Amino acid sequence: MANYSLKINGETFNVDVEDDTPLLWVLRDHLGLVGTKYSCGIAQCGACMVHVNGDAVPSCTLPVSSLGSDEVVTIEGLSKDGDHPVQKAWNEIDVAQCGYCQAGQIMAASALLKKNPSPSMAEIEDAMNRNLCRCGTYHKIREAVAYAAKNK
Amino acid sequence: MAELMKTNRRDFLKVAGTAAGGLFIGFYWSGCDSPKMKVLSDEEVLSEAHNFNAFLSISPSGDVVMYSPNPELGQNIMTSFPMVVAEELDADWEKVRVFQANLDNDKYDRQVTGGSGAMPHSWERLRKAGATARHVLVAAAAAKWEVDASECSTEKGQVIHKGSGKKIAYGDLVNDAAQLTAPEEVPLKNYKDFKIIGTPVKNVRNKEMFTGKPLYGLDVYREGMVNAMIQRPPFGMKIKSVDDSAAKNVQGVTDVVVFKNNVAVVGESTWPLMKAKKLLKIEYEPDGTVESSEDHERLFGELMEKGKAQVMRKDGNVDQAFSKAAKVVTAEYQCPFLSHSPMEPMNFFAHVKGDRVELVGPTQTPDRARMETAQLLDIPTENITVEITRLGGGFGRRLRADFVVEAAELSKILDKPVKVTWSREDDQTGGAYRPAVRYKFQAALDENGKMTGYKLRGVGINAGNTTRENNFPSGSVDNLLIESIDHKSPITTNAWRAPITNFLAYAEQSFLDEVAQEAGKDPVELRLELLDRAKKDPVGEIHYDVDRMKTVVETAAEKSNWGKDSNVMQGFSVYFSHRSYVAQVANIEMENNQPVLKKIVAVTDCGIVVNPTGANQQVRGGIVDGMGHAMFTNMTFVNGLPKQTNFDTYRLIRMKEVPEIDVHYIDNGIDPTGLGEPALPPTGGAIANAIYKATGKRLRAQPFIEQKEFSEFNLEIKRV
Repeated sequence: MANYSLKINGETFNVDVEDDTPLLWVLRDHLGLVGTKYSCGIAQCGACMVHVNGDAVPSCTLPVSSLGSDEVVTIEGLSKDGDHPVQKAWNEIDVAQCGYCQAGQIMAASALLKKNPSPSMAEIEDAMNRNLCRCGTYHKIREAVAYAAKNK
Repeated sequence: MAELMKTNRRDFLKVAGTAAGGLFIGFYWSGCDSPKMKVLSDEEVLSEAHNFNAFLSISPSGDVVMYSPNPELGQNIMTSFPMVVAEELDADWEKVRVFQANLDNDKYDRQVTGGSGAMPHSWERLRKAGATARHVLVAAAAAKWEVDASECSTEKGQVIHKGSGKKIAYGDLVNDAAQLTAPEEVPLKNYKDFKIIGTPVKNVRNKEMFTGKPLYGLDVYREGMVNAMIQRPPFGMKIKSVDDSAAKNVQGVTDVVVFKNNVAVVGESTWPLMKAKKLLKIEYEPDGTVESSEDHERLFGELMEKGKAQVMRKDGNVDQAFSKAAKVVTAEYQCPFLSHSPMEPMNFFAHVKGDRVELVGPTQTPDRARMETAQLLDIPTENITVEITRLGGGFGRRLRADFVVEAAELSKILDKPVKVTWSREDDQTGGAYRPAVRYKFQAALDENGKMTGYKLRGVGINAGNTTRENNFPSGSVDNLLIESIDHKSPITTNAWRAPITNFLAYAEQSFLDEVAQEAGKDPVELRLELLDRAKKDPVGEIHYDVDRMKTVVETAAEKSNWGKDSNVMQGFSVYFSHRSYVAQVANIEMENNQPVLKKIVAVTDCGIVVNPTGANQQVRGGIVDGMGHAMFTNMTFVNGLPKQTNFDTYRLIRMKEVPEIDVHYIDNGIDPTGLGEPALPPTGGAIANAIYKATGKRLRAQPFIEQKEFSEFNLEIKRV
């Protein structure tokens, strides 16, 4: 066990965990930030995506010991009241079905738009193809990302 | 014209006097669309609200509380059920708050998510729940104003008296209305007068989902709770020995428990359990038969040839029809096992406290979860509560209660509240799969290409009846034989979205395409001829409505410009399931001599479309689901152990692999029929038939990408 000081959603959290503990489980089991979802555990589905220094990365294979002073943002910290343009687009386009993958989708989309504010459809698909949606909301995800890019 | 109907006593009489509070999981209402008014907390609203029936309470503040009894797994029932109540109530939708109801057999019928049955089952009772409440609110207003109730109308949460121009909000009437008795019969609206039903209403849990609030079973954390993960045995195996020494040494593991053929690792948090489970050294030995996919291949061949089949349906004289035939068309089709693979793996919370049990989690069948727990622990069902969380997908996997019962059993053993979490690998390997099936079809054609005989023989692995003997084309062929054979296997199977029809439809609709080809007929023309026959002179009993089916076939041909553009290679498919009718056309265009799948046109008759947004999601989602599994996904077994244990090898469809999907409905005013499943079955056939048209290659087994024929061309998928 070791003590880690983590920067998450603009705050500092101290946790005492084994150094190989993935960020996902630190968030969920130790900090109560359960918006980040577990689904595959091997970085294949994107349900656990968070921002690390602005990049969308799967948190299920990211050991807490590798974070150092990296800035982590989770779905809970993306905006104060759910009013990030991507979240607003998700409401406007009414994307979710079961909703389980959607936090990961939103983190992937918001990281994309930060780097590329006006992506083409092909660029949206390149960025979003990592995220699985078992309900098949892919058409609406594309539409919502494009909508968010237009309505910031 | 208003319809009249009788009230249902379960919904309306048993609940008299029941308090509103304590019956729901305290989720948050989004409220994000109604910033104008002061928003009361759920507790404030509920403490004041008057209960009108099992579905509905109204508070003096005018806030309308709706209880949604059925588990929500993405079919959007938590939005569409309240829409129906609100419609008949003439509620102000902005003032509606929705709560998930707990399992309550006294208050609700059929708290199940399965069979696309919720809306057909509850349509009338939901309407009546709104209409009866509206009736007493109007009566209360009329009494207050000393006018006749017939002079009053309702609109957006208010009663209005035309003559005097008086208006009063529902909230100001609830105290009076609560003293009145609702009548046994109430008039319901004509569907043409609907104001909420038929409009796109947003998911009532959008905000909680896009801000990451705890909604799902995996998000349940309770005081004093421990976490557990379980290593379950391969199918057909039992434990011979367990060496847990390495697992026990993992920091954070508090217990290792062997029960039945399971080994549970227990601790405070999840990650140490994932590590420890991999360190368990468990030796298994056969417990009866142990099967591999090779065994299933062999069994399919043997049973297809000489297995003893159950005759599901027999019309006319099939032998004679085939002996007299000018041409016989024969083909075999096969589909693999599939895992349900919802994004949220199986999990459940259980707390056994003496003779009482608290269960919390994602289940499609809360009542079954309770009954099986009661049986296992010998505890009366009335001592067991079930809170239904949101489900991160289900697809039929959560109809079973295996993952509930094991949590309850473990809680009893540990004497602690416990949440059991399945890893993705556990979810894949401890599944209850879609059964693998092989079909043999034969058609007898006369010299004019008319189908005079039809034979279908299905062999399934734990599939039950592999056929739907009273579906199309039954009724349209004089001589018909439908047979089914089931092999009992240790590999557990279960309903998987659109059970049986999810692969039967593909096989049958592809075979009919082969028949059309051999008969020299257009595939749409062939189907219409068969339907005309079933209409004019039906052979035997049929379970589909010929006119509704014919209408979707004709409309799909029209909407897809069927056969009008020689550059577009089209595949047709139509299927009836879960009371609804869906026809689909897949469009492939040739680009640089390569086939490109560009579009699927779907025409659905599900009766009245309650929420167009939710309906589109079900149709498109069903098509994406049907396409993905037909194209890409396979599940094979070696010695009772699935080989595809995670999403690196178990290939699910991704964004870049979906074409454009064009969705249409038949507007016929018929009461809603199912929609969670019916769009899935036709998709595989439509795509396979378009591929045949474009390449001449017939794909007779799934997944398509693993077939030899598929490697002979290069299919691209593009969105327009």
